Amino acid sequence: MAHVNDNIKAYKGFRSITLLCLVVLYAPLVIVTIYSFNASQSITNWEGISLRWYAEVFTGPESEKFKVAAFNSFTIAIIAATASTAIATLAATAMVRGGNFKLRTVSFGLISLPLMVPEIVTAVATLIFFNAIGFTRGYMTILVAHIAFCIPFAYLPISARMQGIEDSFEQAAMDLYATRRQAFTKILMPLMAPGIISGFLLAFIVSLDDFIITNFVKGAGVETLPTAIFGSVKQGIKPNIMAISTMLLSISIVMVTISYFVSKSDNTK
Amino acid sequence: MPGNKTDAIDVRNAVKRYGDFTALKRISLTIKDNEFFTLLGPSGCGKTTLLRMIAGFEDVTEGEILLYGDEIESLPPHLRPVNTVFQNYALFPHMTILDNVAFGLEMRGKTKAAARKRAGEMLELVQLSQFAARKPSQLSGGQQQRVALARALAPQPKVLLLDEPLSALDLKLRKAMQLELKHLQRETGITFIFVTHDQEEALTMSDRIAVMSAGEMQQLGSPTEIYERPRNMFVADFIGETNLLEVSVDEVRNGRAVCHLGGGHALTCNSVDGIGEGAKVHMSVRPERLFMSDVPVETESLKGRVAENIFVGTDISTLVDLAEGPQFIVRTSNSDRGNKRIFEPGSEIFVNMELGAGRLLMD
Repeated sequence: MAHVNDNIKAYKGFRSITLLCLVVLYAPLVIVTIYSFNASQSITNWEGISLRWYAEVFTGPESEKFKVAAFNSFTIAIIAATASTAIATLAATAMVRGGNFKLRTVSFGLISLPLMVPEIVTAVATLIFFNAIGFTRGYMTILVAHIAFCIPFAYLPISARMQGIEDSFEQAAMDLYATRRQAFTKILMPLMAPGIISGFLLAFIVSLDDFIITNFVKGAGVETLPTAIFGSVKQGIKPNIMAISTMLLSISIVMVTISYFVSKSDNTK
Repeated sequence: MPGNKTDAIDVRNAVKRYGDFTALKRISLTIKDNEFFTLLGPSGCGKTTLLRMIAGFEDVTEGEILLYGDEIESLPPHLRPVNTVFQNYALFPHMTILDNVAFGLEMRGKTKAAARKRAGEMLELVQLSQFAARKPSQLSGGQQQRVALARALAPQPKVLLLDEPLSALDLKLRKAMQLELKHLQRETGITFIFVTHDQEEALTMSDRIAVMSAGEMQQLGSPTEIYERPRNMFVADFIGETNLLEVSVDEVRNGRAVCHLGGGHALTCNSVDGIGEGAKVHMSVRPERLFMSDVPVETESLKGRVAENIFVGTDISTLVDLAEGPQFIVRTSNSDRGNKRIFEPGSEIFVNMELGAGRLLMD
């Protein structure tokens, strides 16, 4: 059944456009990764393979700053992802299983709107809000802001997953003498697990990666990895930044891979 | 009014409305203990809604539902001692077959060990013991169906509700499951309420059938009553194949009604309460209660011409254009070919009714 139009290669220019997109997207990442293993001081001259910049990250003059920043980044990402996933799970339950309650459409809009609002606007607004209520800026303000903006990211995969689960499973559970709570914990939660894990990982990455909001709401002296990297880059790009970037990239790839395999293990079928 | 402790289900004036739409228009019916009861009707007739109201998944807009004398219409599903076999089976995909069957027992407070032991027995009953450790997705449709049955029967419900459970199976498997269901019902002594749109399935399995249409009950009776003595046009048309004639009733006497067709040809049949002299109604005649002859057998024989013979295996269906009336279907059993003759298309013949074959219908 090989219809001519079925084969995407039949379109003229397909190959060159694809190559162009791939180069623009991935060439910088590839170059950063390769040069992170460069033995040279310079970021442009290649002088052979070495791990000196990775060692520099952990032992060099900036290592203390990066260690604290990494600790902040990872603890904030874990706590923010956990909290936002829990909230998003409850929100998805209400939206998908709550029937057609009043303001359902409005609620959906309110949950997903933060994805559409320019991040700089959210950042300024959050900063003004914290100032207005007299919340001293620091670790806690970053954490609260991260929990808030991670919710829509966690919500999307969770609600998508939930929509794919027919409500007859919960009905069958209640028909078999399970209370509403038991039907939720014993049937719905295990079936939703892949969506919840995906939501968590997405929230984690988004939190780990965030710069703009963090930069606005962080207090003086409190840094996360992105703000620390930015601060360091302002004084000139050194190869150790490439090493950190490559490590962050690896973490992201691992997360995305886990997320892919989790969502592939579809236990509703 | 207190309920009768010996009736399995007593539905009293049950109404179900969704906004402006009325899905059930004041249904009342009593389902007896240990009965195989079928709710039959086309999709959208309200049969599934009624079943879900008994299960507790739909609330009752008006009216009452009693289970062995106790009002249940306001109880949540988990407090109703009834279990459901769902149309799509709804087996829990993340649990093994054994855990699926044990689920209801555990929820009722049995220990894990006791629940599993009983679940094992139930799997034996449906001959699936060797699949206990598998996941539902590793079973065929027919096997999943039997697991769903075992799961619903395991907690020994007072009433088992079955929502079109056979509709996803192929014909051969469906026929086998019909018999198996019937046997299971006899063996367990549990009242079964079965929902289907398949009239043949309903006739095969049921002790009694409620025929429903547009949210109303059209007729309630045994399969024979429903088939032989349909009350109205809908039932006659929905159950099996039938021939319909427009007739006027001339005379009702001694249980017989003398009628005539539009052109004046007279026909006699059993009278029906509520259809009196002067009524213009329809008469239904089942195709297998007709036979053909080349000369009129009696004065009421209908003249016609054979249009087509259709071979359907066990029978031959003959389409006959009546001289006075619509096209008729006459069914001749293949084994009767010797004494009931088959005529070539184009033959001028007479169609004769067996005694009492005609049935007058309310509209």
